[in-house]
Amino acid sequence: MGTPILQVQNVNKRFGGLKALDDVNLTVMENTVHAIIGPNGAGKSTLLNTFVGRLIPDTGTVTFDGQSLIGRKPHEINQLGVSRVFQTPEIFEDLTVAENVMIPAFAKRDGAFRLHGWESMSREAEIRDRALACLEDVNMADRRAMLAKNLSRGDKRRLEMAMCLVQEPKLLLLDEPTAGMSRADTNNTIDLLKQIVAAKSITLAVIEHDMHVVFSLADRISVLAQGHVIVEDAPQHIKGNPKVQEAYLGGAHL
Amino acid sequence: MTSSKTNDRILLAVFSVLVLAGPIILAPFGAGYPDLLQKFAIYGIFAIGFNILFGLTGYLSFGHAAFLGVGSYAAVWMFKLLSMNVIPAIVFAVIVGGLFSLLIGYISLRRSGIYFSILTLAFAQMSYNLAYSVLTPITNGETGLQVTLDDPRILDGGAAGQPFSNLFGLNMIETTEVSILGMAVQFNAGFYVCAAILIGCFYISLRLFRSPFGMMLKAVKSNQNRMSYTGLNTRPYTLAAFVISGMFAGLAGGLLAAMDPLAGAERMQWTASGEVVLMTILGGAGTLLGPVLGAGLIKYFENIFSAINEGVLMDFWSFLPETLQHAVVSVSSLFVGEGWHLTLGLIFMVIVTFLPGGLIEGASRLGRLVTNRGKGENGAARPAPAPAE
Ligand SMILES: Nc1ncnc2c1ncn2[C@@H]1O[C@H](COP(=O)(O)OP(=O)(O)OP(=O)(O)O)[C@@H](O)[C@H]1O
Ligand SMILES: [Mg+2]
Repeated sequence: MGTPILQVQNVNKRFGGLKALDDVNLTVMENTVHAIIGPNGAGKSTLLNTFVGRLIPDTGTVTFDGQSLIGRKPHEINQLGVSRVFQTPEIFEDLTVAENVMIPAFAKRDGAFRLHGWESMSREAEIRDRALACLEDVNMADRRAMLAKNLSRGDKRRLEMAMCLVQEPKLLLLDEPTAGMSRADTNNTIDLLKQIVAAKSITLAVIEHDMHVVFSLADRISVLAQGHVIVEDAPQHIKGNPKVQEAYLGGAHL
Repeated sequence: MTSSKTNDRILLAVFSVLVLAGPIILAPFGAGYPDLLQKFAIYGIFAIGFNILFGLTGYLSFGHAAFLGVGSYAAVWMFKLLSMNVIPAIVFAVIVGGLFSLLIGYISLRRSGIYFSILTLAFAQMSYNLAYSVLTPITNGETGLQVTLDDPRILDGGAAGQPFSNLFGLNMIETTEVSILGMAVQFNAGFYVCAAILIGCFYISLRLFRSPFGMMLKAVKSNQNRMSYTGLNTRPYTLAAFVISGMFAGLAGGLLAAMDPLAGAERMQWTASGEVVLMTILGGAGTLLGPVLGAGLIKYFENIFSAINEGVLMDFWSFLPETLQHAVVSVSSLFVGEGWHLTLGLIFMVIVTFLPGGLIEGASRLGRLVTNRGKGENGAARPAPAPAE
């Protein structure tokens, strides 16, 4: 548990007059679950955006696995082993559930581009099997022939999770993975994530409002408020921390 | 999975039979003559290629006629320099169409949506103007590029007196007339060359639709963001689709020249680019059969409507009282002859408003209606394959 996999140093990002990220420092250790919490508008999603190439920070560095991520294209970062589940599901709405998971599997196997225009889909049994296995993992195998746009909000999120998991990323970024899910589905997701962490060598960075999820998964928690990391600590020390209480308006959420 | 493969084989077989029997099937509709049949096949190829770009990736090019045009010029140059055999002409047309689309695609694909469409339109219009004036030594400007008796034709220069395009001696205009069930049916060599290539193109497009590459192209249309965050570089995918469709357009242009060895700048005009958009949408963008159907229908109606003149209209409305007849004729004459594009516009508006998925969607809706009525689980009644499996 000793090596850092993701290091964020002195990251700043302004949107006009708004300081969305204010000198953020964060270190995620390999094979741990690192939760990032904080009130609405704290800059959590913005921070993830600087990891995956959606945003370039004004200043500061983001290093993954020894390589700088700044200035890399999103697909290059993914090919390094970083996958992300977005706050609003980003899936291929017009394709079937199975195809949604096959595409990332292809990307993992064949790289950023391959002209396989003459290969028949039915010969891609390996990819199909891998996709179906992942759909089994998230309990969605029975919906594989459905168009993704016809799924419920929670199911879209689980599909997106399967799309990331099929790539067996080194670092999985989850932006509110249980939002819009029923209590039962939330618990299933917690179990699934626990299972994955136990079985594979994977690091999770999770943004989550649901404290039940946070405290059942996290090894370490960073609290973000107004673009600044106010506390970083182990879960048992977070609950009672007065700074955190204050950030959450007197601890209403905790 | 095996059953979808079987379905594809059946689809290809049925398509081939229909195309090869075209001269017989279309004779009763007055569309069975070589000139028009060749157009059906050639514009079918053009639309199939366009559909690979537009139907799958959603990138709407308004400049594909440029590739059709350069294909024609390339083919005519092969006729002039090498031989009247259509093979080198067609091959060269495809290569030139591909190279030209690589250049235009590389630049235009830096933008998407409406900006992409406008860039392609601008490039095509530039090509048209270049062909029309600046590049006269290559294109012969207004007059158009033609074959002449004193072309070098280094491979068969001395051989033939008249420069007729041929396939190893088989003249493209060679036509055999046979009487079938009292109809005069014309079997034309040129049409069968086009038909064979059309079937080949349909097969390629079928393979492509069903391949992982085809799936990636659909993913481009669906969500480019997700694609990049999934580790896929969208640019080469769209560029490949653009070049493939440019090669199809070059091929179609080459075939136009192979059937009638001349090339003019008007082939590159924006109206021609617009036409292939209409064909694809009318038939059903993103479907396999739609573009061919759309191309056939538009060329068929063009042929009928543009041939109608005032005399024909007078006859048609002759059952009306005379004053009314004149009024109706003068209104309806707006929609025929030169004004056929007005009719085309109306047809297009009706289709897009009531059947946004095109004729293929209409057919499958109808098919579903019929099968539901009949309570049948007769899956075979589905008239066309949806792009998804
Ligand atoms: N692209 C952008 N342009 C301008 N302002 C932005 C942009 N993205 C985010 N912001 C602003 O930056 C601040 C931080 O937003 P961010 O989405 O990172 O918050 P968050 O912590 O993820 O909140 P939530 O819990 O609601 O998802 C917000 O005030 C938001 O309005
Ligand atoms: Mg957020």
